[in-house]
Formats: sequence, structure tokens, C-alpha cells
Amino acid sequence: MTEEIIIAGFGGQGVLSMGKILAYSGIMQNQEVSWMPSYGPEMRGGTANVTVILSDERISSPYLKIVDTAIILNQQSMDKFEESVKPGGVLIYDPNGITTHPTRTDINIFQIEGTKLSSEMGNKKIFNMIILGGYLKVKPVVKLENVIEGLKKSISERYHNLIPLNVEAITMGMNNIVPYKVQEAIFQN
Amino acid sequence: MSELKLMKGNEALAEAAIRAGVDGYFGYPITPQTEIIEYLMAERPELRTGMVVLQAESEIAAINMVYGAASTGKKAMTSSSSPGISLKLEGISYLAGAELPAVIVNVVRGGPGLGTIQPSQADYFQSVKGGGHGDYKLYVLAPASVQEMADFVEDAFDIAFKYRAPVLILSDGLIGQMMEKVVLKPQKPRWTNEELIEKSGDWAVTGKKGRERNIITSLDLQSEKMEARVRRLMKKYEQMEKEDLRFEKINCDDAEYLIVAYGSSARISQKAVELGRAKGIKVGLLRPITLFPYPKKALFELADQVKGILSVELNAGQMVEDVRLSVEFKVPVEHFGRTGGIIHTPEEILEALEQKIIKNGSIRHHKTRESSIL
Repeated sequence: MTEEIIIAGFGGQGVLSMGKILAYSGIMQNQEVSWMPSYGPEMRGGTANVTVILSDERISSPYLKIVDTAIILNQQSMDKFEESVKPGGVLIYDPNGITTHPTRTDINIFQIEGTKLSSEMGNKKIFNMIILGGYLKVKPVVKLENVIEGLKKSISERYHNLIPLNVEAITMGMNNIVPYKVQEAIFQN
Repeated sequence: MSELKLMKGNEALAEAAIRAGVDGYFGYPITPQTEIIEYLMAERPELRTGMVVLQAESEIAAINMVYGAASTGKKAMTSSSSPGISLKLEGISYLAGAELPAVIVNVVRGGPGLGTIQPSQADYFQSVKGGGHGDYKLYVLAPASVQEMADFVEDAFDIAFKYRAPVLILSDGLIGQMMEKVVLKPQKPRWTNEELIEKSGDWAVTGKKGRERNIITSLDLQSEKMEARVRRLMKKYEQMEKEDLRFEKINCDDAEYLIVAYGSSARISQKAVELGRAKGIKVGLLRPITLFPYPKKALFELADQVKGILSVELNAGQMVEDVRLSVEFKVPVEHFGRTGGIIHTPEEILEALEQKIIKNGSIRHHKTRESSIL
């Protein structure tokens, strides 16, 4: 199994930390992982992206043009990364602030109202965990128990009391991701 | 006990430095390697091992602090990124001239000038062809993973002390900034004064105490003596070529085409090899792990087997010259690489191999060279 993911959005949405939690979760189930962030001018200009790879084998390139899954959280990233998804791959996006919706017909597209759900839950900081939950519903590449272990590793110990809230957010995401344009029946409730 | 962690390349290198029993780190921040000094400052290694971590007032001050610390036989290191390394070159030349062991880390960004903070491999010439003044070389290690960022710290000090010579770890923004799994070695104690005198007492300034004084200098105004010093350096470099060359061959056994790449480009090229093999192209990868010494003989031999070689580097064409020299024009050798902080994708590399090497496979190399001049 190899899963190549790009997560892209605004700085502050928790793009990099979501990737880090995913990478840690992979380690918890003995996978090889890589996490390659944008650290350059893009980051300073407000958008951030990270490429995460989880694999059972040694990972060659940590930097990719074409990925299995793109998680897109703002319009600039939609413009840039819609084309990056492999035919048959997955695109997940939060429609909040999206003016040009994805148009490809050879991939599976899902929507998740992360921004709306996080404000309903009263904590905008758990936005990225809602998105992560949605992703894990579509692509169960790591088990929830390993995500919890991953969270423990990537969050400093004094915040471990927030883990139940994060798990709640992941569950919220799992229950609220909806198909937008889905090609094959990979999404089963 | 060894530990498994998820770390950035820069952080792994910093932690490995503490664990390798390094005595002193002297640095000055610059993107994309600032995590090294940040990590070292946050870890308080002075409490863990007694290691000194100091932010100097400039890169020039930092390399001269390394010069001073190395003179005493201690394990001293510094790190920077391209423009900062340019500032350190005078000190590096002095370290080589005075025959001192030290480790310098360059997490390369794009140049020339201030360039860009994004990854690049445009410091190849600077690293392997001198950089500073005079007849000297650096032993150059090129890590291609976070694990190697950690492992090469100890390897670099072993070589530095074996030869009493400065060693360069040539990384780049991609390897420095990415996170991967890393297994960290157990903590090694720093050398005690007694151990240090035993190992380096015959040359280091450790306090005279009844023996002849040791003098550390790179200056010799007597020509014969200076020439003897240069000859001594050249002998070391010859010995490095014989004993400490490192490289890795991937899918080379049946290869008809070859990619040569180091560091981050080697990782990306490995994916290009996978994509090429999936298309039925028999392509292999030669990854130099040391850039000096260079795997000349391995390349010379592979040139009898393959039809063409593509040198993939994040620069405008530097290592390609060493590939051409190594294969002595037996097969066509071309360069592919992006600059300005753009990272080539595996797909671009494969396309370059198909366009520049496979398509031109039947044309003799000297013809290609002529036509490119015309």
C-alpha cells in the first residue's frame, strides 16, 4: 500500500499539523512516512501545503506532481492542485470560500463543510481534525486507534486533555463527508 | 537505546550531533537550516552532555570559533546555508591548511547572491572544487534522507579525525525541511580530557605540560615546508579516494540507461526510475554518497554497459562535468535540472531522459556536442 496525499490551504488552517498527525499515525502502524512542507515564499504569502506519503515500502521521492489524494482548503489551492490528482484518485474540499468548484470527471470528488462544522462545534482550531476525519472515512489508510496514538505523539503532553475533543472532531468529519462527483462506488456508508 | 522518531532533517542532524558527543556548535541563523540552531538551543545540550551551543555574531565569527575549538582537539561543528557558507569559506580554507578536524553543514538554497530560500544543489562546484582558496579539498557527504542527516554527523567526525581534515555535509532545503522516520543512536559521552590528549595530544593545543609545543597554523613561509604540507594534503585526498568512497547503485544490473543524482535529486530520480521501469525503460540510478571522493571508476565501468547518462541536479549543470570526466566521453552525457528553487518532478526527469538520452541514443556524443555548439 502506498498513499500519496497533498494537503493545501491557508496558513493557520492546520494544514502542516494535519499532515504531521497523519504521518505519526502511519508510524504507529509501522508504515514508512514522509512529510514535505512548502516552507518558501508561498508560506509567507498565506498559503501552505504539505505532501504526505504513507507506504509499506521505502519511499523514493518525497516531492510529487501527481498524487492519489488532494485535500484542498482554499481557492488558490484548488486552482493549483485539482490537476494533481491521479485519474481515479480522490479530491476532498471544503466548499467554504470556493468560487470555482472542481470540474474533473475522471476523479472522485467529496465535499466536507469543515469551516461550518468547526464553528458549530465552537472551536475553529479543530477544523483540520474534521477534515482529517472526512479523509479517513473515504481512505481508511490508518486506523483510528493509531491516529489517537499519533495525536499523543505530535501534541505536547500538556494538551493531551484535548485529545477527546480531537477525536470528536474526527468522528464529526467521518459522519459529514459527502460525495460531490463520484466516479465509482468507493464510498460506502 | 536507539529511538524511533518523526523529525525534520535539520532537527535529526542537531539531535545526532548531541548524541555523537560533539563538544561545540557555533552558528548563525539562515533559512532553510535555522531549525538546527533552534533545536540545539531548545534542547539545552549543555545540561545533557556539556556541549556548547553558541550563536555567533556572524558566519565569519562562527567558522573562526570552530577553527579555535578544533585546534584544541575538540569535536567542533557549524552549519549554514549557501550565502552563509560563502562567508565561511576563508575559515574553511584555513581549517584545511592547518589540518584540523571539523564538520561543516550546508543546507543549500538557491543562488547566486541571496537567491531564494527554496531547495537547490547549486553549491556543488563550491563544495567539491575548493570554494575557498588554495590546494585543498573537502570530504563531502551528501545525505538523501532524514536518517542520513542523523547518521552522517558521526560518520563526518570519524573521517574528520581520521584525516585531520574538515568534512562537509552537503544537504539542501528539501532534505533539511522534510520529516521522515529516523532511528536515533544512543548517547555517546563526550571525550574526557585524558581521552582527547591520547587521541590528539601529538598535534592539538591541549596545554603543553612537559612536551614540545604544538603549533596550529596554515602559514609556512619556507617554500619547501609549504610544498611538503600541500603534498601531505594531497596524500590524504588520495587515501580518501582509496578507503572512504561511498556510493549506491539502484537497478543498475540490467540498466541500458543511467541517471546520476545525489541528495534530494537522487530521491526524486528514484521515483523517475520506478516510473521508467513501469514503462519498460531499463533505467538505473547511481547515487554518489560522497561527492569528493567521486565514484569515477563505477561510472567509467557503467559507461561500457549503458547507452547514455543523464545527470540530474537542482542546478544549471555542475556535477555533469564530473560525470563526463569519469566516463571519458564513452557515452553521451546530458544534464537536467531546475533552478530558482523549483524542484523537478519525477515525471519531468523521466521526460528529460527520454528526450535528451533515449531519443538521441544513436547519435555519437561528439556529434551531439558539435550540434549543440552550432
